[in-house]
Amino acid sequence: MREEPQILQRADFGALFTALQSRGFTVVGPTVVDQAIVYEELDSVEDLPIGWTDEQDAGRYRLRRRDDEALFGYVVGPQSWKQFFHPPHVKLFGASRDREGALRFESSNEETPRFAFLGARSCELHGMAIQDRVFLGSGYVDSEYAGRRENSFTIAVNCGQAGGTCFCTSMNTGPKVDAGIPHDLALTEILDEERHYFVVTVGSEAGRELLSELPTVPAAGPETRAADELVAKTAREMGRTMNPKGVKELLYQNLEHPRWEELADRCLTCANCTMVCPTCFCTTVEDVTDLTGENAERWRRWDSCFTIDFSYLHGGSVRQSAKSRYRQWLTHKFATWQDQFGSSGCVGCGRCITWCPVGIDVTEEIAAIREEP
Amino acid sequence: MMPEVHQNPLTNRESEAPMLPEAWRVVANDWENHDTFTLQLERDSGGPFAFLPGQFNMLYGFGRGESAISISGADEESGTLYHTIRRVGTVTRALSELNPGDTVGLRGPFGSAWPVERLFGRDLVFIAGGIGLAPLRPAIRYALAHRERYGNIVILIGARSPEDVVFPAEIDQWSGTEGVETRVSVDRATPDWKRNVGVVTNLIAKADFDPSNSAAMICGPEIMMRYAILELNKRGMDDAGIFLTMERNMKCAVGFCGHCQLGPEFICRDGPVFRYDHFKHWFSQREL
Repeated sequence: MREEPQILQRADFGALFTALQSRGFTVVGPTVVDQAIVYEELDSVEDLPIGWTDEQDAGRYRLRRRDDEALFGYVVGPQSWKQFFHPPHVKLFGASRDREGALRFESSNEETPRFAFLGARSCELHGMAIQDRVFLGSGYVDSEYAGRRENSFTIAVNCGQAGGTCFCTSMNTGPKVDAGIPHDLALTEILDEERHYFVVTVGSEAGRELLSELPTVPAAGPETRAADELVAKTAREMGRTMNPKGVKELLYQNLEHPRWEELADRCLTCANCTMVCPTCFCTTVEDVTDLTGENAERWRRWDSCFTIDFSYLHGGSVRQSAKSRYRQWLTHKFATWQDQFGSSGCVGCGRCITWCPVGIDVTEEIAAIREEP
Repeated sequence: MMPEVHQNPLTNRESEAPMLPEAWRVVANDWENHDTFTLQLERDSGGPFAFLPGQFNMLYGFGRGESAISISGADEESGTLYHTIRRVGTVTRALSELNPGDTVGLRGPFGSAWPVERLFGRDLVFIAGGIGLAPLRPAIRYALAHRERYGNIVILIGARSPEDVVFPAEIDQWSGTEGVETRVSVDRATPDWKRNVGVVTNLIAKADFDPSNSAAMICGPEIMMRYAILELNKRGMDDAGIFLTMERNMKCAVGFCGHCQLGPEFICRDGPVFRYDHFKHWFSQREL
């Protein structure tokens, strides 16, 4: 999908909202809520976190004012887009029982929403591609996920800065949105002394169609160079690094490493890391009945391997200790995931580090195991 | 060369709604012993239901939830499916209370299968602990129905006490079949018990099979399977000739919920039947 990059002026950015909304999309993107940048439905460009940035470190997240009016001048917040494809709570089916005791099952027939995602970062696109392999590419197809994915339109943003816990360059998932990773349009935001504009590239046929409606002009050499240089600068500024080489074998051979015990002394098994992770996909089910007792529903909701119940088998849970539950999460993310789905489960977004209440840093833990295998 | 386990041939179907159960009617619900019962089910819509020995279904008790239950047999003529279930929790209790004419939800079949029809010409050793005989029974029945295509057939069954033995009448029938060595052992005997006493794995040393040309299929508690493998190894049986079936918490059976992971394996999708040499690294790890 090669095409000349285009320039969209900041002053014309509203046209993007209009074009998406006129196509029936609900625009979802970053906005400031309760001192964090979260993903919510947006009405207009004014809802974006204009002039805000974030500071992140292990167990720490703060918003700060920027000295400019950038629309995308921050990295990633506590939420990933997975909540829109793989909702935290989904009805699987309804069941009713008639007088003879016969059951009838009905699938949930809610209309699939049409979301346009504005501002997805490269690591997040890789996160979506990883969940695609879980829900679409390994045998059975999750129809809820498939429908939502199919209906979506994605406008990616190349990162103009790296966060304190970012390590996408280590995981080979960013910061530049590569042509090979599914998206419809990609933006690079440029602010210089006089101008504020976006270099727009096309990632799909749908993206090309939408772009043709926007008031753009072809980008000139200096403008595309400015965009390339900005992303290259971001790549040099990663707050964290990790050596992913041989990490699968490393973890497979270190299931009894003393570091796991030491980690368990710090880990609260609160499950924050699994909730903020853009690829964690585990769920549990809930059964409910109404007051008549003749109608029941089965719901699916997000679950976490950090809970005791997660591994419950008649008689008790398989993973009783915090050590075993942390080991399960980390080993799954970085090692067994590769055998299951052909890639790492980590995209280097750094959320699990930032949102860990005790500041556990996966890059540090893997380095520690690597140091004394 | 030892064959691999059967992967579920239906795994790659693009089911529209793999989480939506289908209605099956209870034909009979009979107690096998004090805590184990067998549900006979008939598909409401009629129609064939293909499965392989060792595969399981998800059975839904109205408003209570689902349980992963192995298929313990089928009546090909009537299409009736058998599920033999131990009452251990909320869902299995609800299933135990069903009467003929009631409906359950059923999804399946799921998982890998015992490669029985890839083992022609070999001696077969079946080792079951307690309710572990249920997922082995379709494989045993298959082997007995094709008796002439195998060498010796050894069936070793363990239970806590005589009253915990499931399918006693059928076991008697197997015992009477020529060229089939059937032994039952209980941990705690009663005065009228005439068979073996002790752990089932004690029976392996003396069983009549040729370790260099045989395959073992094991289902039971993990500790029992561990000792069974040790005994089989002692007899000279290779890890590649040993097949076992695993159990873990399952919510979806299609690889979406993540609960049943054990190392890189999704027990629901890659298992529950594994060839031991492929699974060895993960099998004996504590709390994995």
